[in-house]
Amino acid sequence: MEAKTKDLWVFIETKEDGSARNVGLELLTPGRTLARDQGGDLVAVVIGFGADAAIAAAACQGADKVIVVDGVEYQHYNTDAYAGAMTHLIEKYGPTTLLIGATSYGRDLGPRLSCRLGSGLTADCTGLAINPESGIMEWTRPAFGGNLMATIVCPDGRPQIGTVRPGVFKKQPPVEGAAEIIREDFHMPEEEIRTHLLEVIQEAAEEIVDLEGAEIIISGGRGVGGPEGFEPLKEMAEVLGATVGASRAAVDSGWIPYAHQVGQTGKTVAPKLYVACGISGAIQHLAGMSGSDTIVAINKDPEAPIFEVANYGIVGNLFDVVPALTAEIKKLKN
Amino acid sequence: MNILVCMKQVPDTTEIKIDPVTHTLIREGVPNIVNPYDTYALENAARLKDADPSVNIVVVSMGPEQVRTALKECLAIAADKAYLITDRAFGGSDTLATSYILSQAIRKIEALEGYTFDAIFCGKQAIDGDTAQVGPEIAEHLGLPQVTYAVELSVEGQSCKVIQQGPEYRQVIAVDLPCVITFTQPDFDVRYPTIKRKMKANRAKIDAITAVDLSEIDLTRCGLKGSPTHVKSTFVPVHDNHIVMFEEETVEESAVKLADVLNDAHII
Repeated sequence: MEAKTKDLWVFIETKEDGSARNVGLELLTPGRTLARDQGGDLVAVVIGFGADAAIAAAACQGADKVIVVDGVEYQHYNTDAYAGAMTHLIEKYGPTTLLIGATSYGRDLGPRLSCRLGSGLTADCTGLAINPESGIMEWTRPAFGGNLMATIVCPDGRPQIGTVRPGVFKKQPPVEGAAEIIREDFHMPEEEIRTHLLEVIQEAAEEIVDLEGAEIIISGGRGVGGPEGFEPLKEMAEVLGATVGASRAAVDSGWIPYAHQVGQTGKTVAPKLYVACGISGAIQHLAGMSGSDTIVAINKDPEAPIFEVANYGIVGNLFDVVPALTAEIKKLKN
Repeated sequence: MNILVCMKQVPDTTEIKIDPVTHTLIREGVPNIVNPYDTYALENAARLKDADPSVNIVVVSMGPEQVRTALKECLAIAADKAYLITDRAFGGSDTLATSYILSQAIRKIEALEGYTFDAIFCGKQAIDGDTAQVGPEIAEHLGLPQVTYAVELSVEGQSCKVIQQGPEYRQVIAVDLPCVITFTQPDFDVRYPTIKRKMKANRAKIDAITAVDLSEIDLTRCGLKGSPTHVKSTFVPVHDNHIVMFEEETVEESAVKLADVLNDAHII
C-alpha cells in the first residue's frame, strides 16, 4: 500500500492491567529522531484494555500523537484482534514506518501484519537510521547468530516495518507533553478471534527475572561449573540489588532457568553494569550484552573473547574473585 | 490427523565463521543441520503420533538439492513423507516471498495427497536468519489462526490446547484446527532415529516440487526480485573498547581494586 503521511509509528504493547511494556516506550527515543529525519510526526499506537496508564506514559515520552484502540478483546494479546486493529489503523492513516518491540507478541504480530499489507518486515533490529538521500529506513540486525550484521531496506512496500529488541534503546525521563490523543472506536467481532487464553501457568518456584529492566546484571557461564556455582554470583547480586543472568551454556546445562539467559536466543540487555563471570564470550552472548554501559569480565582464560568487549578485566578463578569482590563492595556500601 | 512440518536446513551457527574481507559465510567444515526449532516441531508431531498412530506427518523444506539430507533425517526421526521445494526462481527470497512459495506448495501437496492439513507446525525461527516470520506469514497466506512460541500441545477432536511460552509465564491457548503452530524449545528432548527408520529413510523417494508444478504461483512475488526487503550491506561486528586489567599480586587484591574503581566511578 501507499503511505499517506510521513509519520513514524511506534506500537506500544500493553499489559493486561493497561500499563505499557517498556520496549514501546524505549522505541519512542529513536522514534523522535527518525520521525524528524523522515519529515513526519512521531505517533504512539496504544492497543489494550483500560490503557490509560500506557497512553499517559507514551504522551510524556515525546510522541506528537497517541492513537488509541481500547476494548476488552485487547486485554490479552491475541493475533486476530491485534492484527485486525492495526491493519484498520494503518489503512486509515497510512504511516511510512512502523516500529514494534521484538517481544514474543511483537514477533507474533509483525509478520502477520507485514504479510497482510504486503510490505517488508525486518526482525530483531539493533540499529535504525534514515538514509539522508533516499529517505528510507535502514534496519540493521544481527544474522547467523550475531556473527554478521546486515543492513536491510524495504524500498517500496509501505509501511516499512521493523521489530526492535527490548533493551537496545533506553527510555528517556518523562517530560510534559502536549500529545494529541486520538481514540479510534474499532472492535473485533468475537467470532473473528480464533485463539483464546485459557489459563496462565504461574510456576510458584520461578520468580520473574527482569533482566531488561535491571541496572546491574551479574552473569554466569560455563565457568560456574554447576547450579551451586551460581551461589557466589547470587550473593554479589543481593549486595548490589542486581539481577542474575546467564549464558546459553549455563542454561543449556540446566544450571539455571531460561528466564536468566542473555544473548541472541535469550534477552538483549544494556544495564549500567554487566559482570560476566566464567563467560567466554561467544558471539551469540556478546550480541545480547555488548550494549551495556560498563562490562566487567572475570575469566580464567586470558584469551577469552569476553575481554574484547569488557572495560575492566580480571584473569582468575571466579570462585576466588567474586567473593572477594562481594566482600569489598559490602565494606564500601557500609 | 494430517500434520505438515516445515523445516529449514541451516548451517550450524555455533560453528560458523565469517570471512572478514568478503563478509560471506565460510561454509567449509561447517555442518548443515536441521534447524533445531524445527526438530521441536517435529518432536511435537511425533508425540501426537505416539498417542494416535493414525496421525500422518509430512515434512516439507525449500532449498537446494542438498536439503534432501535434512529431509531424510526428518523421515528417520518421525515423518511419514517428505517433499522438497526447489527452483532457481525461488532463490534469494526474503521471508515474505518464502512464505508465499511455501503456502502455494502446501496447497499443491494437499492436492497431490488428496487431503488438507489439520495443522502446520514450524520452528519458532531458524537459527541462521532468526526472523521468526515465515510461520505467521504462512498462516496469513492460508488464512489460518496461529499460535507462536509453543512448547507442547494436546489435541482433542478439532480443538487444540497449546502451552505457549508467554512473555512472563507459560500459558494455555485454545485454538481450533486447522491452524499454524510455531514451536520453541520444549522440556523434553527430541528423539533419536532408530536404525530401522534410518535405513528406511535412506531409501525413501522424495518428490521435488518446482515452479512449473505450482500452476497458480505468481513468480513476480518469488525470489530476490519478488522480495520487499533487500540486504543493502553487511558487516562484521567490531568491538572497539579499552580494557583495564587488574593484575595485583593475588586475584583477591585485584578484586578489591576493581570494587574501588567501580565505586569511585559511581557505577556501583
